[in-house]
Amino acid sequence: MDILSRRGRERLIKYICLLLTVLAVVPLLWIIGEVVYNGVSAINLEFLTALPAPFGESGGGIGNAILGTLIINAMASLFGIPVGILTGMYLSEYDRTSRLGSAVRTVIESLSGVPSIIFGIFAYSLIVLTVRHYTAIAAAFALGLMMIPLIAKATEESMKIVSNDIREAAIALGVPKWVRTTKIVFSIAKGGILTGCLLAFARISGETAPLLFTSLFSFYWPIGIDQPMASLQVLIYNYAMSGFQNWVIKAWGASLLLVIIVVSINVIVRRFAKPKYKAGV
Amino acid sequence: MPRRNSRFFNLQDSVFKYLLIGVSAFVVLLFITLFYMLIDRSFPSISINGLSTLTGTVWNSAAGIFGAVPAIAGTLFSAVIATLFAIPISLGVAIYFTEYAPSRIKSVLSLFIDLLAAIPSVIYGIWGLWVISPLIKIYVQQPIVGAIGFIPIFAGPAYGLSIFLASMILTIMVIPIISSLSIELLGGTPPSLREGLISLGATKWETVRHVGIPFARLGIFSAIILGLGRALGETMAVTMVIGNSYLWPFETSSLFAPATTITSKIASELYEATSTLHIASLIELALILLVITLLINTVARLIINRTIKRGYY
Repeated sequence: MDILSRRGRERLIKYICLLLTVLAVVPLLWIIGEVVYNGVSAINLEFLTALPAPFGESGGGIGNAILGTLIINAMASLFGIPVGILTGMYLSEYDRTSRLGSAVRTVIESLSGVPSIIFGIFAYSLIVLTVRHYTAIAAAFALGLMMIPLIAKATEESMKIVSNDIREAAIALGVPKWVRTTKIVFSIAKGGILTGCLLAFARISGETAPLLFTSLFSFYWPIGIDQPMASLQVLIYNYAMSGFQNWVIKAWGASLLLVIIVVSINVIVRRFAKPKYKAGV
Repeated sequence: MPRRNSRFFNLQDSVFKYLLIGVSAFVVLLFITLFYMLIDRSFPSISINGLSTLTGTVWNSAAGIFGAVPAIAGTLFSAVIATLFAIPISLGVAIYFTEYAPSRIKSVLSLFIDLLAAIPSVIYGIWGLWVISPLIKIYVQQPIVGAIGFIPIFAGPAYGLSIFLASMILTIMVIPIISSLSIELLGGTPPSLREGLISLGATKWETVRHVGIPFARLGIFSAIILGLGRALGETMAVTMVIGNSYLWPFETSSLFAPATTITSKIASELYEATSTLHIASLIELALILLVITLLINTVARLIINRTIKRGYY
């Protein structure tokens, strides 16, 4: 094979790969473009603060859905973040070999591959079918459950890479193990743990399937955490599927809010975290 | 890992230790409860309908007939097609990223890949429903139906919302999963071998072809399986673009016809289901999906663990 044809093939492969990369990236830019283009016109003060207008009427807002998503996310974080961090601490500092440790690891790996709708079905079976009404608590339970594997993994990995010298220095000074874990190792690892928590928060902010049959939807302000509650995600689904022009525009506006949350968290995390991919050599 | 020194044993230490053990055991217990609840709540369907859920093709909640074959077929078909289309695109992205991209493009590209994975599925749904569906109906489906519509799988009428569109959206959603893992795998090949090949005058493509891909082969395979798992369980985007019709694949085999999947069936029916049997049948569908995805993810993880043990990806 002569050099020219090898060079030619090299160039051909390069352009094919470039073309495929462009093909993969175009949908992202297209989606963000459409969401911004369609969503900006929907956003104003009334949109952000008012209750939804009845079907067929113009005006109205999504204030209750914004508040609902914040409440559900806060409840999910109250459940998911402590459980996730403590589980990660256990795996990294207390148990790298035992039977419980490997069971926890297997469960964490399995949970992270379970489709989100399954968590919704679980919360529905466990809570909604038991108390016999839709409740935001079930939604927060499902979303919190989804946060656990993400945060536990981030915690374990950030704490594991803390140098053993530091642990040994703490032992030499007579520091009790729980102080060593929660104050010393944790404080060194907390950047990575915070990153994990933020990404988990971004992830659940967009999850819709776990909310469909748990918090359902509501056209009113949240009246209690054991009641159905509006959320941005379910609002987008309901309004987009309604086919009614005023609602579809509201759905685009709500999509813009979600995209802003997700994109800004990802960009912020990137500024502080180490680059995720290494170059070839 | 330093051992605990018994001289420094104190009450707080053991309280904290048992707190951690308790929380970790709680996580394991939750997972077992998840399985138990799904089996328990689908029991009315399993005991009354038995295997007919897995073999029936008719779903009529008013008559109490719940056959899941079209939904299972829709799930498998759309996920497999999506994964097959995502493979070449993702590998192209991974090879471009590791070999050809200048470092400035790399940082933008890796942000884009992360964002593709992070965009909520319901937003893929609204985009597919209101932007892509009308375009694809006019510019792709109708010309194909006009030209080769006599072939059953390309038969008309062209609905925008179809299993074809669902597979397309799923392809886009699977690409970031396969490509981000492949980038890590191709980037992790032994530098000595790569450098050896480069010093012999190999082109970048020849380096990837003879070092990168052989070393990353198994890892890439498991990345593909993980992508498949994601596609199987995807709910919102699919529910919004697939059209939710039970006619495919038996009444019509056309790719341009609306269809249904396990997830879209559950998402579109569960909140209005009232009879115990109807609810139980839908939860049984979820149980089937859980078993399929757990199997798939376990296989992928076993392969990854095995390849890590061998010292390379």
